[in-house]
Amino acid sequence: MHRRHNDQQRNFTRRAVILAGGQTALMGVLAARMYYLQVTEADRYALLSDENRINMRLLQPTRGVIVDRFGVPLAINRQNYRVLITSENTPDIEQTLESLGYIIPISADDRTRILRDIAKRKNFVPVTIREFLEWEEVAKIEVNAPDLPGISIDVGQRRFYPDGVSAAHVLGYVASVSPHDLTGDPLLETPGFRIGRSGLEKKYDLALRGRAGASQFEVNAVGRVIRELERKEGQVGQELVLTLDIELQRLAAEKLGEESGAVVLIDVQTGALLALTSTPSFDPNAFAEGIKSAQWQDLMDNERAPLRDKTIAGEFPPASTFKMVVALAALEAGVIDSETEFFCSGSLRLGDGLFHCWKRQGHGRVKLVRGIRESCDVYFYEVSRRVGIDRIAAMARRFGLGAKFDVDLPSERPGLIPTKAWKQAVIGEPWVTGETLIAAIGQGYVLSTPLQLAIMTARIANGKKALRPFLTRDRAEDATLVARTNDDLPDLGINQRDLDIVRQGMIEVVTHKSGTARRAAIGVEGMEMAGKSGTAQVRRITMAERRTGIIKNDQRPWRDRDHALFVAYAPLEKPRYAVAVVVEHGGGGSKVAAPIARDLLREAQIRDPAASAPGTTTAARGSSATVDS
Amino acid sequence: MSVRYGGLSRTEPSLGDKFLRLNWGLVLLILATASIGFAMLYSAANGNIDPWATRQMARLSVGMVAMFIVAMIDLRFWLRLAYPAYAVGLLLLAAVEVRGISGMGAQRWLDLGFFQLQPSEVMKVSLVMALARYFHGVEMEDIGRIPYLIIPVAMIALPAAMVLRQPDLGTAMVVAMIGGAMFWIAGVRLWMFAAVGVAVLAALPVAWQNLRGYQRQRIYTFLDPESDPLGAGYHIIQSKIALGSGGVFGKGFLQGTQSNLNFLPEKQTDFIFTMLAEEFGLLGGLGTLSLYLLLVVYGIAISLRCRSQFGRLLAFGITTSFFLYMFINIAMVMGLVPVVGMPLPLISYGGTAMLTVLIGFGLLMSVSLHRDTYINRRGGSS
Repeated sequence: MHRRHNDQQRNFTRRAVILAGGQTALMGVLAARMYYLQVTEADRYALLSDENRINMRLLQPTRGVIVDRFGVPLAINRQNYRVLITSENTPDIEQTLESLGYIIPISADDRTRILRDIAKRKNFVPVTIREFLEWEEVAKIEVNAPDLPGISIDVGQRRFYPDGVSAAHVLGYVASVSPHDLTGDPLLETPGFRIGRSGLEKKYDLALRGRAGASQFEVNAVGRVIRELERKEGQVGQELVLTLDIELQRLAAEKLGEESGAVVLIDVQTGALLALTSTPSFDPNAFAEGIKSAQWQDLMDNERAPLRDKTIAGEFPPASTFKMVVALAALEAGVIDSETEFFCSGSLRLGDGLFHCWKRQGHGRVKLVRGIRESCDVYFYEVSRRVGIDRIAAMARRFGLGAKFDVDLPSERPGLIPTKAWKQAVIGEPWVTGETLIAAIGQGYVLSTPLQLAIMTARIANGKKALRPFLTRDRAEDATLVARTNDDLPDLGINQRDLDIVRQGMIEVVTHKSGTARRAAIGVEGMEMAGKSGTAQVRRITMAERRTGIIKNDQRPWRDRDHALFVAYAPLEKPRYAVAVVVEHGGGGSKVAAPIARDLLREAQIRDPAASAPGTTTAARGSSATVDS
Repeated sequence: MSVRYGGLSRTEPSLGDKFLRLNWGLVLLILATASIGFAMLYSAANGNIDPWATRQMARLSVGMVAMFIVAMIDLRFWLRLAYPAYAVGLLLLAAVEVRGISGMGAQRWLDLGFFQLQPSEVMKVSLVMALARYFHGVEMEDIGRIPYLIIPVAMIALPAAMVLRQPDLGTAMVVAMIGGAMFWIAGVRLWMFAAVGVAVLAALPVAWQNLRGYQRQRIYTFLDPESDPLGAGYHIIQSKIALGSGGVFGKGFLQGTQSNLNFLPEKQTDFIFTMLAEEFGLLGGLGTLSLYLLLVVYGIAISLRCRSQFGRLLAFGITTSFFLYMFINIAMVMGLVPVVGMPLPLISYGGTAMLTVLIGFGLLMSVSLHRDTYINRRGGSS
């Protein structure tokens, strides 16, 4: 019995020791695993733990302001007061919304959206009730705060355009980010972020945007913020200085009034644009706040196309303003000189076609200066037959017509300067001489934008420099603005004598008693302007109508009326400014457009911003030096 | 007639004597381990003694009293009580089937009014007692014979099956493992273990078919927690992050970001070790592990020094079941085994577990106190 008992004990001990050894080994496994997790992999898990608890929120940077050449603010940031509701602090959401409804109106739609947002989010996340509150509304809410549990006021930023309507096309506007704007930059995905949607706001968006700041805060497992750990403020966007003079911009808008039209005022020495006005306009603030669909529909339905920037995207027949180009082409080709004479009987027969002068009874014997002064169509028919369309087109291109300048705005159009090759290629028919005649008076296929006409005039005025237009003091390199260098402008290579003849014609348009725009003289010594009118025919005049008398412009429907054009520069000596005015379906160029050009050139010279204007200083000094020597 | 060993005269000692001869070292170890638990429960409540730490202290106090009473009662009484206790365990398990309280998708609790009892916990102790009594009464030679093994296999299979029906796969497997360990130390032949091993392997595919969806999911999740980081894998991923980010020295008491910011689930119960290792690091974790190792070594030492087969088996079985609890819980929070609802003994918040663990230690101390008592096959002393 004893032996058996001892056997049993020995057997037990052996097996117990084996099992205990196994248990100890398993404890070793636990220790090893602990070492692996807490020493070998500790860094990785420490990072994961921080990722868990630390959330980053981007702080939206303040958008850079846009100012005109004198520093007048054109696009600024205003405080945007928002009223928010936090459901966990509200015993009765419906009740609180109702109380708030007595102070600020909350529509039924808003109410459904708010309740939906609240249901979707965690109860400590504030939900926006309304944005863009007036200060009085904020004050009323603050006063009633005790009766509005869970309601809070939050201050954000909103873009505001103080003089929005007069520079809307240039400035453009900001709007909410849409899915196709997303570039992977998380800033774009922050709530309420606005992105440059059109105009300079779009073109210089990266520079204006600034750099996002970041706030690091600790959250718990359900996402509630426990405390802020670190805060790095963002970098304000860069200030964008325009070449525009908002006073001139506003004046142009005022002069165009209700008309659909465009005014481009340019510094003839540098190409800096002082006014780039398109009417009718729109209020960019409406877009920044999120435009209502009814407002949008109104803009779309308006036949005067408020959204289109007519200065760069409006393509009009240049009409008689094109005649300077034709004259220069002919002079350079040597087919005419200043003394070459043609007889205007009121029309010119070419083959089967009869080509009319605007003056039915004819101008009689006409030389070049008078041809420009009185805008004799027959004279230019004769000239164009001799010089040919291709040489006219080449000259037009040298003056900036028929191509885009890549001015900083997105919707620029190239216009059209036809050539024989162009017609063959695009229309598939050979060019006929009659089309040259029509082109010579800036009609037919020829199309140009007001910007191009202003450049053309500036190039005539400045003594042949191939200047290019620009809108901002600095240009953008990715997200940074760098000063624009005034490169030496290439020479157009125009004979000075030819230019003098053409300019003489433009001077007489205003100063000569038979000039087409003699009524639009500025009348201030040393500030006089030289110009050229143009009246673009929109509707073909039938033979029958010519017999019975042409229907007066203002008796036709708006869409059938002529476009009024006027290009001009001033002063006559050492010209400084050039202007192009187009009034769509406005009537006669000298009657409608010329006074607008005169008012702008006069005001521009009175304001004389040369001293401090961006982009002009060095060039102006340089040019005066050339003139002095 | 009493049989004497070692020439020492054994007369029945007084209660006061017995009390003084209790394993005070073991009591100290238990108190130290439980104190770690109080500290962690205080931290789990973000630095509050309520709601967990106070109630846990109360339970420990009640449990300690029970432990001392159990320890001082004669081992032979426990031997006689083994089968009735087992029967009560089975009844309680059956009662759970009928009117148990559901929790986490399984019926595991009985509401006793003042106390929510988890019968599977009771069963773990009573099964050890019952098997210890059975093998105590079987001759060495007979243990090799299959007919003698039918009864103990049934004793294991019955509660295991009932727990499995709750369903609680983890506890069922622990019950099976405790049973297996008892078979092993009782001296069942090696080839039988091999045979059972082969049979289990063969049965695995069938078992897989019968697993519940969430049980399979737990195994999938265990194999690849990252496959479902916000769903089933969330617990284990967050637990590993908490542990790993603790590093060698930990984040400091009450400074565990994972636990205080609620990334860690069930930090006061199943995942309390994670929280400990996050706040006290590798050093704290290994320290706690060392305490457990000492407790297990203490238990094995008691079992080896006992002269009766019943005492040896009982002490070893209780120690092994304590070890299994601890090992499975810690291995689970470290991603070594699938997540099964298994508390960390003495530290996790929970009433039944605390009580049964302390009663187990009481039995252990009773074995120690009565290690020289001769017990014959039928349970008498003569």
